[in-house]
Amino acid sequence: MLSTAIGIAAWGLITGVAMGKSGVEPWLMVLMSLLVFAGSAQLAVLPLLATGAPLWVIWATALCVNLRFVIFSAAWRPYFMAYPLWMRLRLAYFTADLNYVLFMRRFPEAKPAPEHLPYFWGGVALNWTSWQLPSLLGIFLADAVPVHWGIGFAGTLALLGLALSLLNDRATAVAGAVAGCAAVAAYALPFKLNIVVAIAAAVAMALLIDHTTPRNPEPVDDAT
Amino acid sequence: MSTAIGPVEGVIAIVGLTVLTVATRGFFFLSEREIPIPDWLRQGLRYAPLAALVAVVLPEVVMTQGLLIPTWQDARIFAALAGAAYFRWRRGILGTILTGMAVLLPLRLGLGW
Repeated sequence: MLSTAIGIAAWGLITGVAMGKSGVEPWLMVLMSLLVFAGSAQLAVLPLLATGAPLWVIWATALCVNLRFVIFSAAWRPYFMAYPLWMRLRLAYFTADLNYVLFMRRFPEAKPAPEHLPYFWGGVALNWTSWQLPSLLGIFLADAVPVHWGIGFAGTLALLGLALSLLNDRATAVAGAVAGCAAVAAYALPFKLNIVVAIAAAVAMALLIDHTTPRNPEPVDDAT
Repeated sequence: MSTAIGPVEGVIAIVGLTVLTVATRGFFFLSEREIPIPDWLRQGLRYAPLAALVAVVLPEVVMTQGLLIPTWQDARIFAALAGAAYFRWRRGILGTILTGMAVLLPLRLGLGW
């Protein structure tokens, strides 16, 4: 988890630089980084903030970019429903992409367990810090960071390694291939919706394979 | 160009964006109401993390400004291949990043790929 933090830090720095160069007041960018805590959405609304677009356009854009989180939240539900609402609100705020991937890899069984929360908050603390510090640095040192070196690619490489760690059978291999093709093919969609399309396509294809591949029956876990 | 968003509107926009962060990330687990998620969908969601990762990574590697890159002389392709090869060998994320960047930087800074 510590090594993925390096990738996150690289992305945070690049996002910070983009915010620093956007032409919006730096203190607003600091506020956005600290409060919004959603890199892709922040990048998507930057040009809108910089040109003074209407509020509803800004919010609608962020909503579309965040749609993947709605899908993830369905997977979180069986893990989190036992906690009170105020706790779930805090959990919701911090369930960024990486926490989601790492948590689901660590706890594939959707049963409440005492070690969930320590793992979750540990990951969040690391993720939040390794995102925010470089992001703030980037806002203030925007002109000093050599973006053309391709530092941000470290973030892509971290996710690449993480993706490869989830490839373990035919269904996941096909799901990965379908997601990749769909994401590239649908890239022209606005608001990063190609990611939502890719998830839907991959899940559908993997289910198809699951249901057409004969295998030993597994006990069914139904938390409801 | 001084058309950037003003302080008051800016703060309102940011507070709204923060609410959106919580609302989308908690969409299916903030409400107590029973939400019927069919079993097949729950099964399928197991593949969502992988799909999301690949959907973010692949365009970053093979596309530039919305189009597939037209040449093989792109540092990112070789960096990603090197990183993937390292991961298959040792299964470490840190090594994947370092290997990939060790390939990316010379190609980009030295050859301009």
